[in-house]
Amino acid sequence: MSRQNLDRRQFLKVSGAAAGILAVGQAPAFAQGAKLHIVRWVDFIPEADVELKTRQMPEASKALGAEIQLETINANDVQPRITAAVQSQSGADIFHLFYNWPQLYQSALVDVSDLAEKVAKEQGGFYGVFTPSFRVGGRWLGMPHSIVGNAIAYRRSWFREIGLEQFPKTWDELRKATATLKKKGKPYGQTLGHTFGDAPTWSYPLLWSFGGAETDQSGKKVAINSKGAVESVKYMQALWKEGCDEGGLAWDDTNNNRAFHAGDICATLNGASIYIVAKRQKDKIKDEKGEPMFQDIDHAIYPLAGGVGQYPLYFSNGHGIMKYSKNQKLAKDFLAWLHKKENFEKWFQVCEGYSVAATTTWEKHPMWEKIDKPLQLFRTAARNTRIFGHSGPSTGKATEAFSKYIIVDMFAKAVQGLKAEDAVKWAEGELKKIYEG
Amino acid sequence: MKNPIAGGAGGAAGVEVALPHPRTSRVQPRTRVLESERLLAALLLAPAVLLLGTFIAYPFVMGVWLSLSSTTVGTAGTFVGLKNFEKVWNDSIFREAFQNTAIYTGLATLFKLSLGMWLALLLNRHFRGKRLVRASMLLPFIVPTVLSTYAWRWMFDPTFSVLNWTLYKLGFIADKLPFLSDGVWGLGCAIVVNTWRGMPFFAITLLAGLQTINPDLHEAASLDGANAWERFWYVTWPLLKPVTLVVVVFSVIQTFSDFQLIYVLTGGGPANSTHLIATYAYQIGVATGLLGEGAAISLFMLPVLFIVVWLQLRYLRRLEGA
Repeated sequence: MSRQNLDRRQFLKVSGAAAGILAVGQAPAFAQGAKLHIVRWVDFIPEADVELKTRQMPEASKALGAEIQLETINANDVQPRITAAVQSQSGADIFHLFYNWPQLYQSALVDVSDLAEKVAKEQGGFYGVFTPSFRVGGRWLGMPHSIVGNAIAYRRSWFREIGLEQFPKTWDELRKATATLKKKGKPYGQTLGHTFGDAPTWSYPLLWSFGGAETDQSGKKVAINSKGAVESVKYMQALWKEGCDEGGLAWDDTNNNRAFHAGDICATLNGASIYIVAKRQKDKIKDEKGEPMFQDIDHAIYPLAGGVGQYPLYFSNGHGIMKYSKNQKLAKDFLAWLHKKENFEKWFQVCEGYSVAATTTWEKHPMWEKIDKPLQLFRTAARNTRIFGHSGPSTGKATEAFSKYIIVDMFAKAVQGLKAEDAVKWAEGELKKIYEG
Repeated sequence: MKNPIAGGAGGAAGVEVALPHPRTSRVQPRTRVLESERLLAALLLAPAVLLLGTFIAYPFVMGVWLSLSSTTVGTAGTFVGLKNFEKVWNDSIFREAFQNTAIYTGLATLFKLSLGMWLALLLNRHFRGKRLVRASMLLPFIVPTVLSTYAWRWMFDPTFSVLNWTLYKLGFIADKLPFLSDGVWGLGCAIVVNTWRGMPFFAITLLAGLQTINPDLHEAASLDGANAWERFWYVTWPLLKPVTLVVVVFSVIQTFSDFQLIYVLTGGGPANSTHLIATYAYQIGVATGLLGEGAAISLFMLPVLFIVVWLQLRYLRRLEGA
């Protein structure tokens, strides 16, 4: 617009906008009408989603001068949504990323190294699991956000009834205890279904604990057909038959929560959500004596001792900005806002240990001194976690094997009657197509 | 009617067609263009061609291209020929899914046909409240598949199944039945739900067919001493065969490519034992991001369906010619 051509109407428009900015005291950060669409899972702590949707999103919208929309969907549907968005080059600007998904979607994700390194520096560095899973070719393609630590939630009084003051420490002790409890109609609950969380976080550590691995260290040669893997499958077969609720083959990540709260199972591998929900709904979720059930729940470390080591697979989370997004700058600013200590802290406290931060400094947060004893276990849970693809690097091929549920199905096939050796051989064949094909 | 003519060799014999009046006034060039039958035909066909091209031909061609390429999520693939098909053919899960699809389609269609026929014969009779029964029979067909399948999933739930609870309380079982936690049971449950959902379509279509059969034929057969079964077998069934074949063709196509029901009910589990071709293609193509392989899996449906439909339609044509 040249000075000569500035007519009265244009002059009023420009001066009106300037007056508006002066009145508000700050310039809008982004053009009016700018929108940011984020897709995340439906959190197992409903209050965590409430915190994000009703408080943080409006606050972020105000701070960034743009409309921030959060959509929550079933966790098992996130991966298909990302694929559809990438292929159609349209959809949410930011997606929730699990485990090592940046490896799989690397060509579609924006480099967020500057932000990731800044947050890591300020907050004590990321837990070890994020480097092999969210860093691709030296660049952070996902912004690490949090980790859901899994532990075995169990009914203290039921284990006391069979003479155990503490939860079994070893695999053998677990087998014996659950066999006794199953005979009393209180089996162990474990899913071996096609579901994102509890099935892989049980299966991979069980395999690793007995010395099994998907590949060798190069990640190019499949190494599953080993004594350790066969032993882990044999153990699972025995545990399943003697101690588990056999309906678990058809469970998703929500079934064990419901079964536990209904008093149908004695223990199950889960995040802290079973305890937290039971406590927050203490008037509804009660034990057989009519007392609030949360008072009888405790947590034990998984995997158990007695194998060659204890390496958990936890549910690591982050956010990825999509390359097709027209709001990449806004998206990065939003993630920076989300990770500011004062903002992240509110969400972190609502989670009460179900989700812990991706950075180590939060282990020192005063919240840990206040929360219940059964939740204290999650404070340092994220320190030692592994990611799939072991013993090799956690590449997109490892994500492919995970998405096809090959390790989970190896155990599922075996508990349905396939010989342990044959189940491992089947997994070897499938893994070879991925890693060596 | 003026200028009537009888249909010629190529027309329908005996049908009279009115020809338009010959124009006496001079036709304007623009009007002449509009009167061109070829142009008019092209214009009238254009919307349909556009719709078919956009929503059927383009996705199909795209699917074929994807199946011949190494495309994965976010990366444009290169041409790999039949490599994806070869890989899929050697995939044990695909073979299981293929076998499941054949069993699922075969048994579900058989049940839908026999129960649908039985229901149609019942509804063809006169009884009080017939309209209400006919209307309510359509309910499973009207309710969105996802919703009704969720309801079934709850009924088959491994922990809270109302069916298990009822059978247990009635003393028929001591342990829970593994509705969805056993592969064979899971596929059986899927067949039950599919039959429940698809039976009304069979029943209502066969009922329409039954109502076109002249009652005199039944009366004549009765007078000749035919019993109920003989009347059905020698009168009803031959006349109902063409309608039945059309319904079966539709049903086979829909059931063979079914996705929603399995996706909601079992997700293909446990351990892939209830995967169908469509759900496995989705898992590989969309969830895992191997778009080339996923497209190849879904294209395996094409030749099978083509052969089945071709055989059925050929049989139908022979029936019509007889």
